[in-house]
Amino acid sequence: MMQFTCPHCGPRDQAEFIYERTVDAVVSLDAAPEEAMKSLFTRTNPRGVDDEIWRHTYGCRAWMVITRNRVTNEISATRAVGPEALP
Amino acid sequence: MINFSFDGKTYQAEKGDTLAAALLRNGIGLVGRSFKYHRPRGIMTAGVEEPNALVTIGDGGRTEPNTRATDVFVYEGLVAKSQNRWPNLSFDIGAVLGLAAPALSAGFYYKTFFGSAKRWMFYEYFIRKAAGLGNAPTKTDPDLFSQRAAFCDVLVVGAGPAGLSAALEAAEAGKRVILVEQDNILGASLIRDGQDRDGAWVESTQARIRAAGGRILTRTTASGYWEHDLVTLTQRIAEPGQIPPHGVAQRLWHVRAGQVILATGSIERPMAFAHNDRPGVMLSQAVRTYLNRFGVVPGKRVVIATNNDDAYKTAYALKAAGAEIVAVLDARPAPAGADSGLPVYHNAVPLSTKGARHCLKSVTARVSGLTQSWDADLIAVSGGFTPVVHLHMQAGGTLDWNDAAQAFVPATSRQNVTTIGGAANPEPVFNVVPVSTPKKSFIDFQNDVTLSDVDLAWAEGYRSVEHLKRYTTLGMATDQGKLSNMAALGRLAEKQGVAIPEAGLTTFRPPYTPVTMGLLAGAGAKDAGAHVRRLALYDVHAAKNPIWQPLGYWFRPRAYPVGSETLAQAAMREAKAVRSNVGMTDVSTLAKFEVSGPDAAAFLEIICATTVGKLAVGRGRYTFMLREDGFVFDDGTVWRLDENRYLLTSSTGGADRMATHISYVRQFLCPHLRVSAVNVQEHYAGIAVAGPQAKATLAALIGEEPPRHMSTVLAMISGVPVIILAASYSGERAFEIYVEASHAGPVWAACETEVAKQGGALYGLEAMEFLRIEKGHLVVGGEVDGRMTPHDLALDKMLNKAGGYVGASGLSRPALSEAGRRQLVGLEAIEGNIPEGAMLVTGEGASPQGHVSAAAFRILDGGSIALGQLTDGFARHGEELIATSPTRGQMARVRVVAPHFYDTAGERYRD
Amino acid sequence: MSQYSAFGLLRGALNGQKHWQPAWRDPEPKSHYDIIIIGGGGHGLATAYYLAKVHGLKNIAVLEKGWIGGGNTGRNTTIVRSNYRLKPLHDLFEFGLKMWEHLSDELNYNVMFSPRGAMFLGHSDADMTKLAERGDAMRCDGIDADLMTRDEVQKLEPLLDMSRDARFPIEGGLIQRRGGTARHDAVAWGYARGADSLGVDIVQKCEVTGFVRDGDAVVGVETTRGRINAGRVGICVAGHSGHVAGLAGLKLPVESQTLQAMVTEGVKPMINSVIMSQSLHCYISQSDKGGIVFGGDPDNWPSYAQRGNPMVMERAVAQGLALVPALSRLRMVRTWSGVTDMSFDGAPIIGETPVKNLFLNGGWCYGGFKATPASGWTYAHTLATGKPHALNAPFALDRFERGATIDETGSGPMPNSR
Ligand SMILES: Cc1cc2nc3c(=O)[nH]c(=O)nc-3n(C[C@H](O)[C@H](O)[C@H](O)COP(=O)(O)OP(=O)(O)OC[C@H]3O[C@@H](n4cnc5c(N)ncnc54)[C@H](O)[C@@H]3O)c2cc1C
Ligand SMILES: [Zn+2]
Repeated sequence: MMQFTCPHCGPRDQAEFIYERTVDAVVSLDAAPEEAMKSLFTRTNPRGVDDEIWRHTYGCRAWMVITRNRVTNEISATRAVGPEALP
Repeated sequence: MINFSFDGKTYQAEKGDTLAAALLRNGIGLVGRSFKYHRPRGIMTAGVEEPNALVTIGDGGRTEPNTRATDVFVYEGLVAKSQNRWPNLSFDIGAVLGLAAPALSAGFYYKTFFGSAKRWMFYEYFIRKAAGLGNAPTKTDPDLFSQRAAFCDVLVVGAGPAGLSAALEAAEAGKRVILVEQDNILGASLIRDGQDRDGAWVESTQARIRAAGGRILTRTTASGYWEHDLVTLTQRIAEPGQIPPHGVAQRLWHVRAGQVILATGSIERPMAFAHNDRPGVMLSQAVRTYLNRFGVVPGKRVVIATNNDDAYKTAYALKAAGAEIVAVLDARPAPAGADSGLPVYHNAVPLSTKGARHCLKSVTARVSGLTQSWDADLIAVSGGFTPVVHLHMQAGGTLDWNDAAQAFVPATSRQNVTTIGGAANPEPVFNVVPVSTPKKSFIDFQNDVTLSDVDLAWAEGYRSVEHLKRYTTLGMATDQGKLSNMAALGRLAEKQGVAIPEAGLTTFRPPYTPVTMGLLAGAGAKDAGAHVRRLALYDVHAAKNPIWQPLGYWFRPRAYPVGSETLAQAAMREAKAVRSNVGMTDVSTLAKFEVSGPDAAAFLEIICATTVGKLAVGRGRYTFMLREDGFVFDDGTVWRLDENRYLLTSSTGGADRMATHISYVRQFLCPHLRVSAVNVQEHYAGIAVAGPQAKATLAALIGEEPPRHMSTVLAMISGVPVIILAASYSGERAFEIYVEASHAGPVWAACETEVAKQGGALYGLEAMEFLRIEKGHLVVGGEVDGRMTPHDLALDKMLNKAGGYVGASGLSRPALSEAGRRQLVGLEAIEGNIPEGAMLVTGEGASPQGHVSAAAFRILDGGSIALGQLTDGFARHGEELIATSPTRGQMARVRVVAPHFYDTAGERYRD
Repeated sequence: MSQYSAFGLLRGALNGQKHWQPAWRDPEPKSHYDIIIIGGGGHGLATAYYLAKVHGLKNIAVLEKGWIGGGNTGRNTTIVRSNYRLKPLHDLFEFGLKMWEHLSDELNYNVMFSPRGAMFLGHSDADMTKLAERGDAMRCDGIDADLMTRDEVQKLEPLLDMSRDARFPIEGGLIQRRGGTARHDAVAWGYARGADSLGVDIVQKCEVTGFVRDGDAVVGVETTRGRINAGRVGICVAGHSGHVAGLAGLKLPVESQTLQAMVTEGVKPMINSVIMSQSLHCYISQSDKGGIVFGGDPDNWPSYAQRGNPMVMERAVAQGLALVPALSRLRMVRTWSGVTDMSFDGAPIIGETPVKNLFLNGGWCYGGFKATPASGWTYAHTLATGKPHALNAPFALDRFERGATIDETGSGPMPNSR
């Protein structure tokens, strides 16, 4: 079980978070259908670092992007997203 | 004195004894039988690495099979039984397997027992009976297991001199310290070696750690090292089989540590020689532990076999205790260990042992090339030391080869962990290559793996260390290879002609020592970890003693039987009440979202695949939602409560999924919209009132004209503000009343009184199901199964022509509009009752073309009806099919019809 | 290849078992093969075996980065069954199940396939209806399935908690009696031995690190043991599918996740069948050595770490103990995990890729062991002929963009919600 640092709540057990998808799999509403299906249905799935979207579901419920190495689980960055991240 | 029993006989132990110490104290050498050949086995170690002395402890639901006698402390009344033997330990019929050993070489089972699978199962029956060690309890565990989380700056594992010193230093430097020790006392090697005889140093160190705020947990094992310095600890509060003082037998800790210090010491290695598995063959440090800690002298005439200096300490201790040292077999050339005043033989390695009546009789060795024997009742062996690097490796570390010690030691670590003491700096030893015949030279004692098994695996091509392990089962026993892995690696390296580090290593898998399953489950064992949520109106329902039905997190009333009514009778009565008069039901668990802000409608037109924007204030409509791949995944209703305020409802089962979806879409796909979407699922309780008399009932309740169908108003019932939505799932004129959950009681009571006045009834989920099926309404998880498009469900006419909703792209994929798709149909029985879940086939033996997703009966007119999915179903109305359920032996002839069986024009909910 | 038999063992009893030969050779890789299979798991080895045996091809190599069977093949909970809901899955897995029934004889290697029955428990009337639907679908597709009453369930597994007030009371079950378990390592080793004896080169410690391209076609692979040319290349690397396909510039509908399993200390027989549940996510069986083998949910987030997680493990154990309380005092002795290739509809992918001469077998999620023979058979056909076998045609890679997904659970494209 990893430990994430929620930008709003601080360090918390991973058990409080739920993984959504990688940043490159966010399908924008105005993407052309073919493009949209490509990003929905394919992943680079790297054996290394990727930008992942997680949600502090059992905490403040905010979303964040966590840059994580999928082999070592080293977390190199965490940033808030959405309006919540606005000043 | 403490009384305990072993195999039915009562013995006495001293305070502080492990079961192993107590057995030795009572002169019991034979304790168990090995896994494969049922060879007689005694006590080989004094710690958690014990492979042989496994017993079953306790009785009833507290029975713990396979307990290491070296890892349980005797308490008054402890009951221990030997295992894997019949009829008894000293005479075990299973031992005849030993005679067959030459044929039962490593992996023998891969080479025989051919024939059909059934034939294998015949052999397997006997193999399974012979395998396994103890018997599992059959009764329910009476004890509790608790779980706890903790945080600290420094976690120190192991309370030998190194661990104690490290903990003290950290604690006195002001750090939050947790020190854990698997033993029930602190001191480890100090106690074994009798170095802190009066216990003063350990005592004062421990006091200082505590005084500085440190926490010390004994009988606690760090069993797993996970990500980001999370360490799981398993703490024994009661000994195996013991009645725990406060009901809690063990505690599981999740400790998130700033830093972890491993002072886990090392484990002594046995040596490989023929019949090295007999009772009377013991590790040298174990002998010392029994002497110095427990005051038990495990042998009177002792041979010592060693490749290092440490074993000399054992010899001295034995001598001091009055035992006779008949030989010290030192593998090293002279002058190692000189001037000891002991009968030391250099270049000496043990070859074999002889025994009688399960005791050791003599030891034969090769001394400088010559063979020599001694009578002895104990041989204390020391083949070197294996640092305990398990946790370091679980944390993702690497190892270095320490040639002087012939051992792997921790190198780099990925997490914040350091190893100190003997685990980092093992003693130097001399590399001994076994000279004995490999056949009866055991290296994995419990699983009866010998050097010759390793040789065979090698010869047959199982050469990677993992293949070797799997082919021979080496290291797979309850001692997890703590004693065997290095011996096997040595042999493998020898075969490969490489140094040990090149031969490879197996993975160190958690846990460090086996962990009780009940402990892992904790309180979750009672409810499978699935907590039940209580309906706001739970007490009201419970008082009526309904039949409950699980739904999502909740249990909801399925029907309210009166008198001796069955479920079906009750549900049909309830449904009839709705069709002919009025009924009410609890719909609180429906998903509900309040969406507000200037862009609320725009947002809803992204979430919902239907139009929302044109909805007038006070009006609502049916809607459904698509996943990004274009399939329908939920449906519900959307209501415009105010200029910029909407209420969206959707299914109970999909509530969490919908909440995440809405939040995701809002944050990632349209962060620019001025909208807020709040999950109000459990903020409101909901009551549905339905039936021809629903309007009158509601009028009486709110004292005004109820809203038209698909309209909403705010009102008061019993002085409590409510939202009323005029929506119908049942097909009758109906209203959903939403009230703040904490005020639901009086509103429900008022409704119930009014419904009773009308002569109506309460109805549950079963009646609701009858009603909606007859009406042809969909259910998520039934008709909406995640594989149907809006078109498949005949919802495509409602799609928002402007597009822009989630799923529009997915929906455009070609296969989603090809012929041959499953489509929603109604089914009407021509003969028989339609079984729910049945397959739709054109005739006996034909491949299914669809299935029955929901089945019911016409409520007022009778007759079996159903909804289903059928290949190209829209074009097949009128066709006759068979709905067949081979698993239930049921079948019906059905006619495909439109999926509406009641009031197809929708006249009943209009005023 | 020395024939395995009871007689051979007896003979060995007299000669110290000295007459056995290596089960497979340890060859140096050649410079060219007609077909290269990347990945020496059960699927890759079975593919090679059938390429040689059925299609008569001789110049074949299996390249394995570590040791054969060391991936998910050697890490799985070995449940073999064909009790699915959807037709294409029925066809593929049932074809495989029929092969399991004779696999030991076919390979002259005892894979210990033990059809002890694979049972799903139902915990409510709704569960039982769903189980009946699954069973009916199976029966209509010619697969055995029987609904069980509470009494029948209890008779088969006396240690299940049958109390009515349990959180998940047991209302009955659905059993596939021909389902069961097998010995995972033996499957890899048996296929390896068979393939080797037919001339297939099994090259271990040989990791594929890149593809050699000629225009839009793959003509070979780069490996840690040098470049090897090939007519056709078949990827068969389970959890590493995304990574290896990435070396060829492909992005797959696959995300790698950790799935863990565990086993208790050995005890005398107590669990007779394979116990699964319609509402819970744990599965329980007992190995021939007596250990209770336990599995649960995948980790639900991407990972190549091949390390378990206490949170997921504790949940699986809690569920298992809720079903079989007598497991409480057993001890978990080992936990491990594998990297599973979670596809975006839960079904496997077997077929061609957009790159010429490059084929893919992957996306098996947590359920591909049971398919090993069928996967090998169909993939061999695909690699030998360049065209899919009828059984794997529905499992083409392009089904995602076309919309022809095979979504058993109906949960859509996110593997973490499956
Ligand atoms: C814990 C767990 C439990 C499971 N339980 C079951 C079950 O009960 N029933 C069931 O049917 N299925 C189960 N599965 C799934 C099943 O194990 C897999 O689907 C199946 O074994 C996959 O076989 P494979 O041969 O494709 O993959 P693998 O056995 O993983 O083989 C792939 C091989 O490719 C190699 N490789 C990777 N990259 C390269 C490279 N670049 N070059 C060369 N070689 C490479 C790997 O080292 C590996 O040996 C389970 C999986 C896990 C992890
Ligand atoms: Zn937070």
